[in-house]
Amino acid sequence: MDIQGRKLIKIATAGSVDDGKSTLIGRLLYDTKSLTTDKIEAIERSSRQRGYDYLDFSLATDGLVAEREQGITIDVAHIYFNTEKTNFIVADTPGHVEYTRNMVTGASTSNVAIILIDARKGVIEQTYRHFFISNLLRISHVVVAINKMDLVGYDEDIYLKIKADFDALVEKSDFRQEQITFIPVSALKGENIARKSEHMPWYLGNTLLDHLEILEPADLQESTVARFPIQYVIRPKTEAYHDFRGFSGKLYGGSLKVGDAVTVLPSGNESTIKSIHFFDQELEEAAPGSSIAITLATEVDCSRGDMIVKSGFVPKSEKTLSATICQVNSKALRVGGKYILQHGINRVLAKVDQIESRIHTDFTGTEEAEQLKLNDIGRVHFRLSKPIHFDSYHDNKSNGSFILIDEGSYDTVSVGFIE
Amino acid sequence: MSNLFIPNPKEAESIHILREVAAQFERPVLLFSGGKDSITLVRLAQKAFFPAKIPFPLLHVDTGHNFPETIEFRDKLVSELGLELIVRNVQDSIDQGKVREERGRYASRNTLQTTTLLDAIEEFKFDACIGGARRDEEKARAKERVFSVRDDFGQWDEKNQRPELFDMLNGKIHVGQNVRVFPISNWTELDVWEYIKTENIEIPSIYFAHKREVFFRDGMIWTANEHVYREQTELVEEKMVRFRTVGDMTCTAAVLSEAVTLDDVVAEIRDSTISERGARIDDKRSEAAMETRKKVGYF
Repeated sequence: MDIQGRKLIKIATAGSVDDGKSTLIGRLLYDTKSLTTDKIEAIERSSRQRGYDYLDFSLATDGLVAEREQGITIDVAHIYFNTEKTNFIVADTPGHVEYTRNMVTGASTSNVAIILIDARKGVIEQTYRHFFISNLLRISHVVVAINKMDLVGYDEDIYLKIKADFDALVEKSDFRQEQITFIPVSALKGENIARKSEHMPWYLGNTLLDHLEILEPADLQESTVARFPIQYVIRPKTEAYHDFRGFSGKLYGGSLKVGDAVTVLPSGNESTIKSIHFFDQELEEAAPGSSIAITLATEVDCSRGDMIVKSGFVPKSEKTLSATICQVNSKALRVGGKYILQHGINRVLAKVDQIESRIHTDFTGTEEAEQLKLNDIGRVHFRLSKPIHFDSYHDNKSNGSFILIDEGSYDTVSVGFIE
Repeated sequence: MSNLFIPNPKEAESIHILREVAAQFERPVLLFSGGKDSITLVRLAQKAFFPAKIPFPLLHVDTGHNFPETIEFRDKLVSELGLELIVRNVQDSIDQGKVREERGRYASRNTLQTTTLLDAIEEFKFDACIGGARRDEEKARAKERVFSVRDDFGQWDEKNQRPELFDMLNGKIHVGQNVRVFPISNWTELDVWEYIKTENIEIPSIYFAHKREVFFRDGMIWTANEHVYREQTELVEEKMVRFRTVGDMTCTAAVLSEAVTLDDVVAEIRDSTISERGARIDDKRSEAAMETRKKVGYF
């Protein structure tokens, strides 16, 4: 539950330039009454200045001066709105060819993706890429919003043709049919966004907003086994808590409870959970996603970067790994390159042993590659200075992903999904 | 399974971020304005490190134009929680000739704070400054990272920001750089108010409706006070008002309100049709006001 007791749904939006993505988001904000009068006034003012005879909702989301000047979105923006029952966070990611990294970034924190298609253009190369990334990141649910239906006379045949083309893509992916929903909309006119469109009686499904509201965050979350990476050791050294050693961190994958037999990695030492703390409360059991502190029944050597797991459910601990890499920096990834690999909160050194292939983001296979450039996706083998304790991305997203940090600039240059 | 603790995802995320700050940086500091957002940060930091004390000091950049209620509240909070408080004054920066006081109708010390802040960062060699900014406040802030790297001059390079993937935070920096950290990036104004209500967090009295000497200008309600420039034609009246954000008297407008309890305030926010920053005089200067200030190191 979110702060107000509403459920929290995180959405990434993807679309090409001019597909009307910002307009769609502006429309969602407007229809959920999330735009305040001063913001609406600002939009009206700017729209008038630009000589439009309609409200340009994209002005509500395009934040930076450069974007307003060029009329395109160049970075991930986060937008918040809510309905009675649900809080939404939208990561608005740009659709420019060169900005794959932004969609990967936005999608990494989202459990739903909205892929926009311009009804006049149908499924294009960009659509392939957006869907490919949704598939790579194992987004739980994809909404295909076929936009600008007003410009094609609300024609059902056009909708069906696009749906059939997209279904052909779904077959090439790991998605199941029930994870994909198609909705014909006009963001500009508000058709099938919050209001059911009178122009498309042939569409029997939910409006976009109704559909987003019925999604349950629990169904959108993975449930696997507990992984508890230690962030920070809490040692109060006060009289009341003289011997307190709390291992604090965020719990992923599954729940932990008092009395659970646990193993500490990398030492392999075994112990039992003595207590679980959240501020001044003592908990019996904590669900995944909790930021808690744990004490163990026995004195065990344990520090930042170590991991507490349930005994019998240990992850792999290895000094080599293979991963799908997406390059998010203009500096290319090369064989022999050395990086700081950050896996969750743990850092080790990593060396690129081999770049096996570059993966075509249109589901057409792979090719040989000597380097991975910005926005490239490829299969890479690494050697590590120390073992890390990982799962495959398929089994556990948070324990199966990492970033690479450049040793010189300290920039985040790649994101990896472990196989 | 009846006693399974289900986390509030935004609170859990903020605690995660605060612990990363304590672990990744040598000299973090929490920028404390006395406003509701930084007060919320203090509560989250308490939760992150309990039963230990918050492992970093608070820094207040005092413009000298704060509401006295805010300062009183700040000192009480600090002493109750046993926190370390550092205060640096904009007046000192003015006296040292580093910045020049603005004059005239819209004079404010709001932009002058940046110099005092950057000097304090240098003086104490702070490598991480934790702030209560939220992405929903303003559209340039919607693009801000959780860990936002600033160069030696405190500047924000918005086009070359490090991508933030999943909840992995990269706080690696070079000597002279520092990171601005925004643990409640993903909270909305309503989230903060609801949280203050559920957690029963104390806040300064100026957030509640009270009688105050004010005057009207440009459709906004200004505090009548020696620090605020006022034309002779601008008449002072006593009104029931409250503040939605707490900044300087010179840049924070009041709203007419009868909300005297937290419940009233939350109800008022929920029904409000003017955004929080709509009552910030500093943002009205131009469409790009916030972005321009951020680029040069403003919080």
